[in-house]
Amino acid sequence: MEDIAEKGLQVVVALAIFAAIIGVIMLIVDRAPKSAREKVQIAGFLAPALVLLAVGLVYPALQTTYLSFTNAAGEFIGLDNFVWMFTQPEALITLRNTVIWVVLVPLLASSIGLAYAVFIDKARGEKALKALVFMPMAISFVGAGVIWRFVYAYKGEEADQIGLVNQILVWFGQTPKQFLLDAPENTFFLIAVMIWIQTGFAMVVLSAAIKGIPTEIVEAARLDGASAWQQFRNVTIPTIRGSLIVVVTTITIGTLKVFDIVRTMTAGQYETSVVANEMYTQAFRAGEPGRGAALALVLFLMVLPVVVYNARLLRQQKEIR
Amino acid sequence: MSAIPAENTNKVFPELQDIEPGERPPIQRRVRQRLTSRGATAAAVIIAVIWTIPTFGLFVSSFRPEDNIKGNGWWNVFTDWQFTLANYEDVLAPGGSQSPNLGSYFVNSLAIVIPGTIFTLVIGAMAAYMFAWGKFRGKDGLFIFVFALQIVPLQMALIPLLQLFTQVLKIGDMQLFPSGTYAQLWVAHTIFGLPLAIFLLHNFIAEIPGEVIEAARVDGAGHSTIFWRIIIPLATPALASFGIFQFLWLWNDLLVALVFSGGGADVAPITQRLAELQGSRGGEWQRLTAGAFVSILIPLAVFFGLQRYFVRGLLAGGLKG
Repeated sequence: MEDIAEKGLQVVVALAIFAAIIGVIMLIVDRAPKSAREKVQIAGFLAPALVLLAVGLVYPALQTTYLSFTNAAGEFIGLDNFVWMFTQPEALITLRNTVIWVVLVPLLASSIGLAYAVFIDKARGEKALKALVFMPMAISFVGAGVIWRFVYAYKGEEADQIGLVNQILVWFGQTPKQFLLDAPENTFFLIAVMIWIQTGFAMVVLSAAIKGIPTEIVEAARLDGASAWQQFRNVTIPTIRGSLIVVVTTITIGTLKVFDIVRTMTAGQYETSVVANEMYTQAFRAGEPGRGAALALVLFLMVLPVVVYNARLLRQQKEIR
Repeated sequence: MSAIPAENTNKVFPELQDIEPGERPPIQRRVRQRLTSRGATAAAVIIAVIWTIPTFGLFVSSFRPEDNIKGNGWWNVFTDWQFTLANYEDVLAPGGSQSPNLGSYFVNSLAIVIPGTIFTLVIGAMAAYMFAWGKFRGKDGLFIFVFALQIVPLQMALIPLLQLFTQVLKIGDMQLFPSGTYAQLWVAHTIFGLPLAIFLLHNFIAEIPGEVIEAARVDGAGHSTIFWRIIIPLATPALASFGIFQFLWLWNDLLVALVFSGGGADVAPITQRLAELQGSRGGEWQRLTAGAFVSILIPLAVFFGLQRYFVRGLLAGGLKG
């Protein structure tokens, strides 16, 4: 109890300090001399966010870029970290795994999500069906890690299985398998966890898009005798194209940055590491901030094209308005 | 133009409104439609079951005695029903460093997440308001820049930000944001949440009718009055939606916690403890199952309680992007 009271006090004090800071900003903004008021107001509203972003994100990102050209002692070593990344077998495995992740997760999560959204459209119990598939979205990657390690749990052949997948193997007369230890297929079993989480996201967004298709279009297609597949191909897909792109790009970005699943399920061992996990390992465990920074930079460069694409869509939308 | 007009977002769960779109199709077509939709429903139910079983298995297991969990699969409860709360008592009760102590970490999670969410919302909304309604040169460019910051992966900022906290932001010998307190986590989470917060809230605030704001301005209201009296009340749905997201995101975070919390029972969040338990006691399923459920309790409650806001937030984020 004492513990809770003390922690609660910390929170209250922090909130009070925060309120005071914002209050002072509002006071300054209101009292500024008339001639400069507009400028002061704009600056006062933007300053907290811009200062935090500059100090906490822009500067660190630049610093990390510099670090990627240095070694553990902080000396400038040119491109050595990148050479390491693209020549060392274990680093290459990390890159290969990241590519596999980023191809499979957006593709499968979006496809299953889309199929599911179409299947349950106007079905009885739609709301409940939606909630079940959507639920993993609310669960932390760490929690999902526990859930799936339990699904994959392994016991020797002579013992009763406690993991569901191995039990199913046994029921079909197969020998149980160490799903998370055997490379290279273990990466796919980790990927399944991410798909399990992201499908709900795809499904909810795409389902809303499907419901947004004007009924006249659907009716017209139906009157023209279009089959269910034709309707899906020629009406549904083109109409929800925008949402589909957003879903795929969003999941792609999330997948590139995936860390927690790998960290908690295998810690990147057994050839399952991905770039984001390797970055943490190198920077905070192995004492190689330079290599960690180089991996972070590569991660950034991989995300970049996806976001530029998104940003251009945003620009176009603004111009249409 | 977004893929879905705003008025359609309330059709995400149409059974709430019981809309029967279009006119009734002729009987023959209705029969065919029902047949195809029966197959689709069956497929949907299969997917839903596959998606739910992992969580369900974990949930059931968390109430089984230790010997049972480790001895045979959770599906045996249907024939051999033994119920216990001992696992939950074990993981929650305060104890030495050997016991999971999750109660204490649970409080930490709350203490990290609540201020972290509030700070991001207030600072983000202030900036979003200026980006939407302020008039200054370079606004669009700056906004795109802030939007683009979303791609800078956390990993890019971690190493330098940690150095800033421990070596630069000091008054004399005292750290402005001391290690081993919540302060570093609050600041880090706020920074990392801001780009998305500003972007999403901007989209919403920009659609508030200009006449409302003009009218207030004619009456002599300054930006601070407009912001607190008009923008904040009108933007409440968007604030709630993003707030829920930020809350869940912070609650489920592992990476930021690993870098900034120090890992002790007075600061580290529950996800970090759970990840530790997985690493050090991967076989203690009686603790992991109960622990995982304690950690996903709040997200699930938020999810089921506020599902509508949750979905709305997702759509705002997904579709306007």
